[in-house]
Amino acid sequence: MSKQLIVHAEQVTKSFGDLEILKGIDLQVFRGEVLCIIGPSGSGKSTFLRCINHLEKIDGGRLSVNGSLVGYRQNGDRLYELRDKDVCRERANIGMVFQHFNLFGHKTALENVIEGPVQVKGISKKKATEQGMALLDRVGLGSRAHAYPYAMSGGQQQRVAIARALAMEPQLMLFDEPTSSLDPELVGEVLDVMKDLASSGMTMVVVTHEMGFAREVADGIVFIDNGCVVERGQPHDVLGNPQEERTRAFLSAVL
Amino acid sequence: MAVEDKLETEREVPAVPTSARALTVVPLKYPGRWVLAIVILVLLALLVRAFVVADIDYAAVVEYLTVPGILEGVRNTLLLLLLSMALGLVLGVLTAVMRQSPNPVLRWVGGGYVWLFRGTPLLVQLLIWFNLAIIFNTFTIPGLVSMPMNTLMTPFLAALLGLGINEGAYISEIVRGGILSVDHGQREAASAIGMPRAKIMRRIVLPQAMRVIIPPLGNEFIACLKFTSLAYTISFSELLHSANKIYTANFKVIELLFTVTIWYLALTTVFSVLQQMLEDRLGRSAPGSRPSFARRLRKNLALRRTA
Ligand SMILES: Nc1ncnc2c1ncn2[C@@H]1O[C@H](COP(=O)(O)OP(=O)(O)OP(=O)(O)O)[C@@H](O)[C@H]1O
Ligand SMILES: [Mg+2]
Repeated sequence: MSKQLIVHAEQVTKSFGDLEILKGIDLQVFRGEVLCIIGPSGSGKSTFLRCINHLEKIDGGRLSVNGSLVGYRQNGDRLYELRDKDVCRERANIGMVFQHFNLFGHKTALENVIEGPVQVKGISKKKATEQGMALLDRVGLGSRAHAYPYAMSGGQQQRVAIARALAMEPQLMLFDEPTSSLDPELVGEVLDVMKDLASSGMTMVVVTHEMGFAREVADGIVFIDNGCVVERGQPHDVLGNPQEERTRAFLSAVL
Repeated sequence: MAVEDKLETEREVPAVPTSARALTVVPLKYPGRWVLAIVILVLLALLVRAFVVADIDYAAVVEYLTVPGILEGVRNTLLLLLLSMALGLVLGVLTAVMRQSPNPVLRWVGGGYVWLFRGTPLLVQLLIWFNLAIIFNTFTIPGLVSMPMNTLMTPFLAALLGLGINEGAYISEIVRGGILSVDHGQREAASAIGMPRAKIMRRIVLPQAMRVIIPPLGNEFIACLKFTSLAYTISFSELLHSANKIYTANFKVIELLFTVTIWYLALTTVFSVLQQMLEDRLGRSAPGSRPSFARRLRKNLALRRTA
């Protein structure tokens, strides 16, 4: 049984103006794997994650998700930019969870969750509501279905945000520091949902500073510094016995 | 008495009194406030008296409130207001969205529109619309219509275009401010679930911009109500023009201007209340949202009934 490649990055580069943020990232994530990305602030972790679902456009290299190029269509040796509609279709298969939750402020938890299925996938509201309630139950928030985001704690909001992403039935979930803006006592409930998700076989790419989570859940870890992958490997190798000086310096600063 | 009590308590228990109930609070007195209030009331009374003894036929003021000529003016004012605001809203939202577009031509056209119509007096714009026939004497859409501009550009149409297009420029600014007030993360989250750009604007950004947009829009509505009186200058029979027609015949100038004033005040009051109700409705997804205006009103009425 050959493993199915979900995320495949080859020499991905990205600049903002004159500043090169990603300097050739190579990386692979297979189906069912959880990859954690760690690295210092400003190293380009978020930027890389955002490239995966085309919130940012890459400048060079190749980046494909589940076999199809992100944001482009290849014809011979030319890459054609996709239209907004096609980009949207690709994005719908990739869930993303943000550091600041970004729940739709004018919608209740349930409305947040069913927005995508109803508006993007065209599922009936009744069916979407059933599925949405099941998802909210799964993240432990069935009783808060009709609460507005402002009335929920950060941990609850982030769990709703996870449910919202899952409602699209994605093949891949991206997490950008999902617990970084939470009060310490709320981190656990979000990580529990993520662990649960990982053990259900979801393919996940997680940018995180939670080394405990990375050690316990990740199948692989990459350490990114200054736009390059500095070190990669099994969690206990990278975290327990780092080979590179920069990794050691970073880990001794965060652990 | 109270002060003595307090002193006694203090002497016996210097730190914290055992029971706060034992103490009487003596509020600070503000004699200055009273003096000021009385002076103002006296001045107001003098002002009212001046108007009461003046040679004004108040019975006529009331009587004219409901004469057919004035009522028709009210109807025309409201019609002009509603249609101009509708036109202004359409143009305002359209140009505000255009100014967010990645297409520079759209951005430029949207910005130019606002610049032109905010930068010139409304009265001048009205006169230009009304006198358009001087430069374009026929209005033609090839193959569809061709008619003399004089026939087409009635006072009503000139007033509608002048007011509506002018309002659109102000509303564009208001809507743009509202759009910019919505956190960028909202758009990203919507993109991430695969929503196309137009839908993000319609379902995620604009509804949340509404809370910022509605209060100034309400003000714009009320301002526009008052601006309709400028259509008087191009002989559209709105409220002021209707009054003018009557007082040039019977010379009850002040009486009719008072009648008109009462009508404008009544209309602005009604619209202010409607605006408040709308704001309450939109406030439901916001923290600290208070009970709706309608509910407060019902509650107050209920209290009064039982009291
Ligand atoms: N839209 C943008 N325009 C210009 N520069 C940007 C933009 N987005 C990010 N950058 C810059 O790119 C660099 C990498 O940012 P990125 O957010 O990817 O870092 P990060 O590794 O996620 O850091 P953190 O841990 O603080 O989130 C930073 O120096 C940042 O200032
Ligand atoms: Mg980041």
